[in-house]
Amino acid sequence: MTVPTVDEALSRWEPVVGMETHVELGTLSKMFCGCTTAFGGAPNAHTCPVCLGLPGALPVANEAAIRYTILIGLALHCEIAQWCRFARKNYFYPDMPKNFQISQYDEPLCTDGWLDVESGGETHRIGIERVHLEEDTGKSLHVGGATGRIHGADHSLVDYNRAGIPLVEIVTRPDIGSAAVAKAYVAALRDVVRAIGASDVKMEEGSLRCDVNVSLRPIGSETLGTRAEVKNVNSLRSVERAVHHEVTRQAVRLDAGERIVQETRHFHEDSGTTTSGRSKEEAQDYRYFPEPDLVPIAPSREWVEELRASLPEMPAERRRRLTAELGLTEADQAAMANAGVLDLVLASVEAGAPAADARNWWLGDLLAQANAAEIEPGELGVTPAQVARVCQLIADGTLTATMAKQVFAGIVETGEDPDAVVAAKGLRQVSDVGALGAAVDDAIAAQPEVAQKVRDGKVAAAGALVGAVMKATRGQANAAVVRDLVLQRLGVDPATA
Amino acid sequence: MSDLTRLTAAETARIVRDGEASAEDVTQAHLDRIAKVDEKVHAFLHVDAEGAIAAARRVDERRAAGEQLGPLAGVPLALKDVFTMEGVPTTCGSKILEGWRPPYDATVTRRIKDAGLVILGKTNMDEFAMGSSTENSAFGPTHNPWDLDRIPGGSGGGSSASVAAYFAPLAIGTDTGGSIRQPAAVTGTVGAKPTYGGVSRYGLIALASSLDQAGPCARNVLDAALLHEVIAGHDPFDSTSIDAPAPAVVDAARRADVKGMRIGVVREFAGDGYQAGVEQRFREAVDTLTDLGAQVVEVSCPHFTYALAAYYLILPSECSSNLARFDAMRYGLRVGDDGTRSAEEVMSMTRDAGFGDEVKRRIVLGTYALSSGYYDAFYGQAQRVRTLITDDFTAAFERCDVLVSPTTPTTAFRLGERIDDPLAMYLADLCTIPSNLSGGAAMSVPCGLAPDDGLPVGLQIMAPALADDRMYRVAAAFEAAYVDAHGPILDGAPAL
Amino acid sequence: MAITRDEVAHLARLSRLALSEDELEHFATQLEVILGAVARVAEVAADDIVPTSHSVPLTNVFRPDEVRPSLDPAAALAAAPATEGVRFRVPRILDEES
Repeated sequence: MTVPTVDEALSRWEPVVGMETHVELGTLSKMFCGCTTAFGGAPNAHTCPVCLGLPGALPVANEAAIRYTILIGLALHCEIAQWCRFARKNYFYPDMPKNFQISQYDEPLCTDGWLDVESGGETHRIGIERVHLEEDTGKSLHVGGATGRIHGADHSLVDYNRAGIPLVEIVTRPDIGSAAVAKAYVAALRDVVRAIGASDVKMEEGSLRCDVNVSLRPIGSETLGTRAEVKNVNSLRSVERAVHHEVTRQAVRLDAGERIVQETRHFHEDSGTTTSGRSKEEAQDYRYFPEPDLVPIAPSREWVEELRASLPEMPAERRRRLTAELGLTEADQAAMANAGVLDLVLASVEAGAPAADARNWWLGDLLAQANAAEIEPGELGVTPAQVARVCQLIADGTLTATMAKQVFAGIVETGEDPDAVVAAKGLRQVSDVGALGAAVDDAIAAQPEVAQKVRDGKVAAAGALVGAVMKATRGQANAAVVRDLVLQRLGVDPATA
Repeated sequence: MSDLTRLTAAETARIVRDGEASAEDVTQAHLDRIAKVDEKVHAFLHVDAEGAIAAARRVDERRAAGEQLGPLAGVPLALKDVFTMEGVPTTCGSKILEGWRPPYDATVTRRIKDAGLVILGKTNMDEFAMGSSTENSAFGPTHNPWDLDRIPGGSGGGSSASVAAYFAPLAIGTDTGGSIRQPAAVTGTVGAKPTYGGVSRYGLIALASSLDQAGPCARNVLDAALLHEVIAGHDPFDSTSIDAPAPAVVDAARRADVKGMRIGVVREFAGDGYQAGVEQRFREAVDTLTDLGAQVVEVSCPHFTYALAAYYLILPSECSSNLARFDAMRYGLRVGDDGTRSAEEVMSMTRDAGFGDEVKRRIVLGTYALSSGYYDAFYGQAQRVRTLITDDFTAAFERCDVLVSPTTPTTAFRLGERIDDPLAMYLADLCTIPSNLSGGAAMSVPCGLAPDDGLPVGLQIMAPALADDRMYRVAAAFEAAYVDAHGPILDGAPAL
Repeated sequence: MAITRDEVAHLARLSRLALSEDELEHFATQLEVILGAVARVAEVAADDIVPTSHSVPLTNVFRPDEVRPSLDPAAALAAAPATEGVRFRVPRILDEES
């Protein structure tokens, strides 16, 4: 059986994608106890009787987590429940200290909303089925065996620092028709969550994780096919790859007249493929029931309206406003949106960068760095504020363009701010005439013919001498100052040249 | 000086306060008695002599420094082994937790320590509080001080027996379906289940979270009330803790008068299954209340007859989930980890080896009742019955201030008598369960010895949620009349 | 109310209890009796009755988002049957969940 390309598969089959996205909320303390949510820290240093599930310990819900969940629901145009309860989801797993997860079952905090997503120049309205709140699990390290993966491991080591961190689950309707829209949805959702301040959504720290449900149906059909639930899809790029992989995998089977098994599949970042997990037929019976240790949540209408009024401008609206203010053309916008840098450019401008410079950096050097690392530009670790600062350092003559590139590389490498990188790398444009004089004299001595041409009035030839000085000073010289010096030394008035 | 172990808690606190005896002497006297007699009773799973003496010395030092001592400072207390106590073994009567020393104090434990009470040790109980006889303890049963061949009630048999046997004037129990009141009834002591949410459950190792409630055990009503006030009150670490001032139960116990109160006799708690001697003492108790000026009415609570069935669905469901954490991964017993078995196998082997029959039975039953195909018919329907029982209480409390019934249908049965018949065992909680389902307050106070076997009978007094003071008023009034007529009931117990 | 040995075995697997053959038989018999008794709850017509999950009339009990000290890691790990470094050591895990 030959595997079709994605395009071949899509010529016969229409993907139907639904997403379940988990976002770790940016609360200071955990969902049900006072342990810090700080990332990192020695294993098990952020644990207490509650999040270790010690006998006798009881949960008390974090007000900020409830508030953030309602805010997310409101931003996604959801109904906010008048009354709802937490429920226990019962299953045994070593990284889950109580062997049940406190979650919500048939009474989610938010229901029936939508999010508009831009992709391919069109707006797609994605239905949101529900938004609910639950607690995260601990993390297992699988030891022994060849792969370091769960299969073949001798034993596992568990760290419960993550256990009990508040997790919001956002479930879409099966409204997503392509890998690109799926990716755009996650990006848009991430932007909304960030805008609200509910989480800083560091995907590289695993604070946004997706389960992608994919099924195929013949083009034109209205019936849903059998779906596979792909877990562990933890970056924007992976969302796209996971959908593509499932499209081709399922198309092969459907083309051959086989049926798709409803199952959980695991996504592997390294290969971009999925493998079968536990089959749904023998699925756990989670035995949900209302959590007796937590009382119902009944958000007052006043509180909900207060929260609604406090919502900041949503990223989509902000984008519309800023592009209008900056007078960006449709083509510009499309180019930036396709490269995933539109919001970064806008935010850089908001942070003080000139629009043209912000556009050039993000579409140029920074995009190239992201592509080389196979990540999204937003995941580089360079913030819009840092771009604005670098632009300022160029404008005030501290940095040359070449140096600015080194600064960005330094930011990506070390995570430090531009000024720290400039200091650490000794990157400072040299404009001091005295310091440059010797280098200029050397350059003239080394290229006497060129010097003579300049003396003879061929001012353009000075470029070669300037280049030599720049090389000798490893790019740190101020090129304009060097040019003036060269011309002066050779008897040409820079002002008339 | 008279025997320090025979004093009431209030009197013990007074002599410590007044310097007639040191808290250390009081504590030592109780430790000595435990050392001498507990091998017959087996009320304690762990005696913390060192910790107790240290706590008593702190009270003595505070007194010497001129500090004002609380109303129960220096009084020894026995703590049911279902509460965590930092650094002190806490087993819940189960092998699966043998040797576990918690890194934290339960709120109840903390409040007891802060009030200057002296915790002597941890008392025996049915494993994870599942049972009515303490025979389900993994460490052997407790014996009833009235007759060592009989059960002391359960699950808190160790707490009640320690009070009845003069090991401590006070003890703490927990009551999920009667585990404070039924042991109190069969040992001739006082036990109260406060309103659900009245006492923090933080650090109380959960059996059924929506039913569990901690409460006091004592030899008289005032002592129980004094301890009740120490442990009651809002706790921000328990979401189900009521954020309101605790009922003034000590004042109520001192007031001890029922004149003009309307007392309802629950019609459904009589007849088949009720021991004749129990019914007789109960009727006499009602007559006493009438003589004291109460107005007695008969009330019907038709859904109470479904309480036992609803309880044995709700409890196993919640406990199947609560006990899932005992999985050999983070604490407690681990069995079968030979380096080749999976976590799942080790969990299953440990839980089979570490849990006793009753625990396993209820876990399987609860797993069944919560299963997707059965949830509505079992768990869902049981929760509806729960609503109906609460409605019955509400209707009854429109007509009367408190309800009364026998605490248990029979006096203490013999050890081994019901151990192979779970349903017969469950019947011991017939009268006590409705208050757990509704969340109201209820207590048991001795009302005599059954003429047919000479064993203690308990009078149960049930009050609406947050009206704990009302039941103390009635209990204290009844107790005063009873002691007046017959002397303290424990005076009739055999010397050990 | 019949409950078979196989059903008990399934429930035991769900609840991680490695019950012996004897236990399975014994529990099946006892559970049948108990289920027969508790099935009485079905006699109550309760279609329009709201189920009670909590007996306290409380809602919206929250704590402020404040960090409190965690346990000392040594105390967190002290009771573990096995540890490696500062992690809990557990037997191999068969499959990934959630």
